[in-house]
Amino acid sequence: MVVWHRWRLSRRGFASDADRATFQTLHTASLASPALRAGLTAETVEKSLRHLRALLGTPAVAIADTTGLLGYDGRGEHHRDQAAALAARAVAEQTGVVGGPRDLACDEPGCPVRHAFASPLVIEDRVAGALVALAEQPSATLLRATDEVASWASGQLELAELDESRHRLVRAEVRALRAQISPHFIYNSLGAIASFVRTDPDRARELLLEFADFTRYSFRQHGEFTTLAEELRSIERYLLLEQARFGERLTVTLQVAPEVLGVRIPFLCLQPLVENAVRHGLERRAGGGTITIEARDVDRECEISVEDDGEGEDPERIRRVLAGDPGTDSVGLANVDERLRNTFGDEYGLVVETAPGAGTKVIVRVPKYAPGIGP
Amino acid sequence: MNAAYGLGAVLLVTVATLAIGTWGLRFSRTTSDFFVASRSVRPGLNAWAISGEYLSGASFLGVAGLVLAFGGEMLWYPVGWTAGYLVLLVLVAAPLRRSGAYTLPDFAEARLDSRVVRTLSSVLVVAIGWLYLMPQFRGAGAALESATGLPPWAGAVIVAAVVLANVLAGGMRSITFVQAFQYWLKLTALLVPLMFLLVIWLHDGGTSPASASVVVDGVSGLDWSNPIDVGGDHPLYSTYSLMLATFLGTMGLPHVVVRYYTNPDGRAARQTTFVVLVLLGVFYVMPPVYGALGRLYAPDLVASGGTDSVVLELPQRMVGGLGGDLLTALLTGGAFAAFLATSSGLTVAVAGVVSQDVFSRRLEGVTAFRVAATVGVAVPLLFALVARDVSVATVVGLAFAMAAATFCPLLVLGIWWRGLTAAGAFCGLVVGGSLTGFAVLDRLLVTRDHGWFAALVAQPAAWAVPASVLTMVVVSRLTKSSRPAHVSRFMVRLHTPEAVALNRNLENG
Repeated sequence: MVVWHRWRLSRRGFASDADRATFQTLHTASLASPALRAGLTAETVEKSLRHLRALLGTPAVAIADTTGLLGYDGRGEHHRDQAAALAARAVAEQTGVVGGPRDLACDEPGCPVRHAFASPLVIEDRVAGALVALAEQPSATLLRATDEVASWASGQLELAELDESRHRLVRAEVRALRAQISPHFIYNSLGAIASFVRTDPDRARELLLEFADFTRYSFRQHGEFTTLAEELRSIERYLLLEQARFGERLTVTLQVAPEVLGVRIPFLCLQPLVENAVRHGLERRAGGGTITIEARDVDRECEISVEDDGEGEDPERIRRVLAGDPGTDSVGLANVDERLRNTFGDEYGLVVETAPGAGTKVIVRVPKYAPGIGP
Repeated sequence: MNAAYGLGAVLLVTVATLAIGTWGLRFSRTTSDFFVASRSVRPGLNAWAISGEYLSGASFLGVAGLVLAFGGEMLWYPVGWTAGYLVLLVLVAAPLRRSGAYTLPDFAEARLDSRVVRTLSSVLVVAIGWLYLMPQFRGAGAALESATGLPPWAGAVIVAAVVLANVLAGGMRSITFVQAFQYWLKLTALLVPLMFLLVIWLHDGGTSPASASVVVDGVSGLDWSNPIDVGGDHPLYSTYSLMLATFLGTMGLPHVVVRYYTNPDGRAARQTTFVVLVLLGVFYVMPPVYGALGRLYAPDLVASGGTDSVVLELPQRMVGGLGGDLLTALLTGGAFAAFLATSSGLTVAVAGVVSQDVFSRRLEGVTAFRVAATVGVAVPLLFALVARDVSVATVVGLAFAMAAATFCPLLVLGIWWRGLTAAGAFCGLVVGGSLTGFAVLDRLLVTRDHGWFAALVAQPAAWAVPASVLTMVVVSRLTKSSRPAHVSRFMVRLHTPEAVALNRNLENG
């Protein structure tokens, strides 16, 4: 194995031992980084410690957060508590701490752990934990190396924090969307329902119940995902309410392949598109309009399209909307686009086909399976 | 027979299939029909579709041929192909659906959190798909030969081209309605002629094909009907190995697994599987009856080696005239449907894997799928042309053995044992895949004499499956520390019925 590794390295053109060492170090660091990029937890620490120990070349390493030790890797497992104490000191003093044989007393013969360096992990000016390197001999190089590795790990953890805040942003956007669906729609729906109360009380009652179900779905608190079937059910209620207002002027055509009803899609990723279609395809036109909703089964993906035969848009304007220009009013479109990209990757963004006078068609593609998104 | 009738039936099947494919989606629905539109595929319909896609040319033509040639022991093939769904029902169906995986590689990735195991699974899906496609082409070639007199290679090339055209045109996408129609078509095509044949047989005196007085090619009816092979060297071993392969292999067939995604939840997946068991049970009664009748009315086929065509020959010999021609046409249409449904389903499954894992970085979506489909058809066709002459059902049996030695351990251990690690799964898949792969190559390229080695290689499941399971367990135990972090959460998701209020979205939120 070692021989093969050497051969591979030399073949790739690493001339000197120094080059090789550099490569090795970088490679080990790259092995540790994915775990750290997921944040500071017992689970990620366990995955990364092995590589950090290889990086430092010490008999053992440990990582603690502000509450206690998260993981210990290497020999001398009985030093856990002492390592935790050193880490706690480093966290409290917000600086590197050196521990000698007195701090690491043990009666085990031949134990390789005699000295330790604890270096704080700093995330955005806040001490989040400490890295402890345990060694047989004290050395200035190791002290320095521990500090450097700790600051490198801090960088990775900061990136993790960044990822997390991006996710928080997405969740906040869903909440914003939930809150933003309404004013117009609620006002109009209630108005339409009120007009039926005297003339057709039964219908008014039905519509009120639909309205209740619709708001319950839209305001539900948990979960970023739903199934296509559920989202369609909510759209149905929405359209029933809109039809109460528009009557015969609103025609809806549906073509849904039953195979894709179970596909998981981001919560409320179709409804804003339908609302847009109603608004653009109907409200500004005297003669009424048709909305077509299609869902097709395309091998590993599901392709959903929402189309209206309204007056269409200037493609340039749509481009600005999708680019996030705050001066435009189609918040829903940009929001859906961004959430789709964030969830499934950039190739799954919205596709909008439109031209002035030619209606608008918005196409959403969703993979049937994406890692991390299960039922 | 009159080739025109046969060709007419084939054309009719193709047109009907395409018509249902287009018509099934052309329902225009207004809001009042929203409820209908957003209702998912019911378990019964999905079960028809699974059966329609599953019943291949090997079932339609091959089983009758094998029963005619080798007798009662061959009944284990249809028994195993059906019983495989029982294992699927009990161990896999509902958890697999709840995992949210669309393909087998998806499941491997979701459970083990490993790209490497995913890639290996994709390779195995392609291998099993090709191994299953190859006999389909051969069988179809042979059927076309007996219908039109073309040389077998020309028949195989023509049908491969038909399948490819079909898949590329999108006509045979695994649309539920189309596949469901295929099941009933195959059932009718086999059942109606059989009724006529049985009436004639009773009229002729109803001699039992298993009675001692019926001697075909030196084998008496008593020996023929023995369910444990009396001709081979190690009949008991071969029988048990075959049973193991077919019982455990069904869950590893790529085109079967993708259909489970259509079920709305785990409960529906179980109901679907149950109905499939009934449907297959009904269907598989018939091919052996054809085989048995063949012993009385077409015994010369045994000596000439053309037993695979017994189903198509019988109406000619027993009914004759226009009636015989029409019944044969019906059977030809059914056989073509069987061949088309399975081959297209497999080609789509294989092309999906190849296009995603091989071509997706270099080519654009649709182009990638087209190139992948072409490769997916061309390779098994090439194998079909150069390989040794082995019966259709035997090669299908080998595909089952490979699935049983690779995906069965992966699924069963992955679903029921939280200790399975990525390294364990990887080693197990490599061991199971290479052992059965060796057996397949040996079977297709080398002629073996009798003896233990020949028996072991001919039916590899009995040793390859335990070897694979053992490897997975041992390596997983050795690499305990690398157990995926999310395994407990994943297990809860797999095994909790949908009715239980569980916040299934928590991990995403």
